[in-house]
Amino acid sequence: MEFEAVIGLEVHAQLLTESKIFCSCSAKFGAPPNENTCPVCTGMPGVLPVLNRKAVECAIRTALATSCSVQRKSVFARKNYFYPDLPKAYQISQYELPLALGGHIDIELPGGTKRIGITRIHMEEDAGKLVHEGEFAGAQASLADLNRCSVPLMEIVSEPDMRTPEEGGAYLRRLHDILVYLEVCDGNMEEGSFRCDANVSVRPKGREGFGTKAELKNMNSFRNVEKALEYEIRRQVELIEDGGSVVQETRLWDANAGVTLSMRRKEEAHDYRYFPDPDLLPLLVADEWVEELRKTIPELPAEKVARLSAGYGIPRYDAGILASSRALADFFEAAAALYRGNPKTTANECIHWKDVILSGRLSPGTIAHAVEDRESGTISATASKKLVELVLETGKPIRALRDEQGLTQLSDASALDAIVDRVIAASPKEVESYRGGKAGLLSYFVGQVMKESRGKANPKVVQETLKRKLG
Amino acid sequence: MAITREEVLHVARLARLALSDADADRLREQLGDLLEYMKQLDGLDTSGVVPTSHAVEMGTPFREDTVLPFGDPEAILSNAPDREDGFFRVPRIIED
Repeated sequence: MEFEAVIGLEVHAQLLTESKIFCSCSAKFGAPPNENTCPVCTGMPGVLPVLNRKAVECAIRTALATSCSVQRKSVFARKNYFYPDLPKAYQISQYELPLALGGHIDIELPGGTKRIGITRIHMEEDAGKLVHEGEFAGAQASLADLNRCSVPLMEIVSEPDMRTPEEGGAYLRRLHDILVYLEVCDGNMEEGSFRCDANVSVRPKGREGFGTKAELKNMNSFRNVEKALEYEIRRQVELIEDGGSVVQETRLWDANAGVTLSMRRKEEAHDYRYFPDPDLLPLLVADEWVEELRKTIPELPAEKVARLSAGYGIPRYDAGILASSRALADFFEAAAALYRGNPKTTANECIHWKDVILSGRLSPGTIAHAVEDRESGTISATASKKLVELVLETGKPIRALRDEQGLTQLSDASALDAIVDRVIAASPKEVESYRGGKAGLLSYFVGQVMKESRGKANPKVVQETLKRKLG
Repeated sequence: MAITREEVLHVARLARLALSDADADRLREQLGDLLEYMKQLDGLDTSGVVPTSHAVEMGTPFREDTVLPFGDPEAILSNAPDREDGFFRVPRIIED
C-alpha cells in the first residue's frame, strides 16, 4: 500500500521589539540571568499587564503579508499550567478569538507553485528558561532564568496542507524569509527566535480522512525539521505496515541520534483551562490602523524573485538566492545599477561573496568595478577574485589595488602582437607541426605567451591573436 | 449532582492541592451549590447575546515599545526561597 503524509506546522516567532509584550523590561537575548525582570513579568501579586503596541503591529503586518484577515476584536486568554519557568502559573495567549484568521503563502517547488493555507496567527508571551544543574540524571535542582518571560511571540499555524518533508521545508523557509523581510522577527533559529513544531500523520494515498497524528518538537534548523519529518513519516508507515497503530503523542527530535522519541507526559498536563484574562481588555483593531500598516508592507520574497528574474534577465534560481535576504537583494541591485553591463555576472559575484556581503564588509561599488573590469578584459577572472580578497584584507578601493598590484591584463592586441611574434619566432618546429594539423599545439603557444607576459596577457585575446597569426 | 467527587479531585490535582477525604466531600457540596446557583442563567434566552469577556466597553490600552528597566533584580530574587548565581533555584522537574 502506498502512503502519504499530512503535515501541518506551528511556528513560534519572537517579535522584534525592544521591550516585552506586557511590561517595559528589555526583550534582548543574552543578559545575565534575571536581569530583565520586573514585578509584572515575574507574576508578583497586584500587577497589571499593559500591551505593547509595536508587538501588535508586528503581528498585524505578518497577517497582512500572509493574506490573513485581521480580526477587529481578539481576546487574550490564560493558559493555566504549573512549571517553574512560568511564574504566574499561566501563560497569556490567545485562544478562541485570535488576532488573525485564514491566510496563505505560496511556496516554490520543483514542480511549480503550491499554496499552503494559514489557519490562524495569535499573540502570546514566552516563558522563562530552565538550566538544569549538572548534566547527570541525579541532579536535584533546576535553575530558572526569567529574562525570556513575557517576551512577545506570535504563533503562526498552518493548515495540514503539506505532503512531504520538502514541502514542509519550503514553507518554513518562505515564512522565515517573509518575517525577516517584514523586520518583525530576526529569524535566528539557534537562539530560538523562530521555532517550529510539526503535526504529522500518514494515511493510505487517496484517502480523505486523517490518520492519528504525532506532534514533533525540538527541531532547531530547517534541515532538522526536514530530517525529523522524514524519520517520523517512515516510523509511522512502518508501524502501520507491521500491524500496529500510531499513538497521539508529543515526540522530541534527537538530532544526534537522528530519531524522534516519545515524550511521555500525563494527559492531564494538557488540561489548560483557558479563560479570558480579566486583566486585559479585548484587543480592538480599527480598520484605519490596518490600512496604515498595509502601507508599510515591503516587496515580499516571491514578488522580488519574479521582479529580479524578469527585470535583470537572471535565472529564477539565482534570483531566489539573492532574494533569500533583503540585504543581499538590495546589494545586488545597487551593484547592478553602478555597472549595468552584465547583471548575470554581477548576480554570480553577489552569490559567490554572499556571506561577506551580508556581514557588511563589501560595498556594491567593489563588486560593480570587479565585474566591469572583468567584462572589459582589463582584469582576468582570477585577478578579480584576488582583488576582492585584497579589498577585504586591506580595505583599499579595488581599482587602486588593481593598479598597485599590476593586476591589469594586456588586452590591447597591438601590445600583445610583439610578444606573440617573439613566441612564434622562437618555436619554428612547433609552428610547422601546428600548421601541419596539430591543432592541440595552440595551448602550447598560449602558455608561452602567458609566460612571456608574466601572466598578464588576456588569454582570450592571446588565442585570437595566435590563431590569426598562425592561421 | 452538579459536580462529581472525581471532578473535584481532578481540579484539586491541577491546582496542586492535596485534599483529605473530608475536604473533598465538603468542597464537592459547596462547589455543587455554586454551580446550581449559576444554573439559573440557563433559564435565560441568550441566543442574541455576544459572549462578554469583560464588563467594560473599551479596548485594551497600549504602551509604547520603550525599555524602562525595573533596575532591581535583587528585589525580584529576594522573594526566592532558594537561589544560586542570580538564578531561582527550584526542585528538579521530573517529567515521567
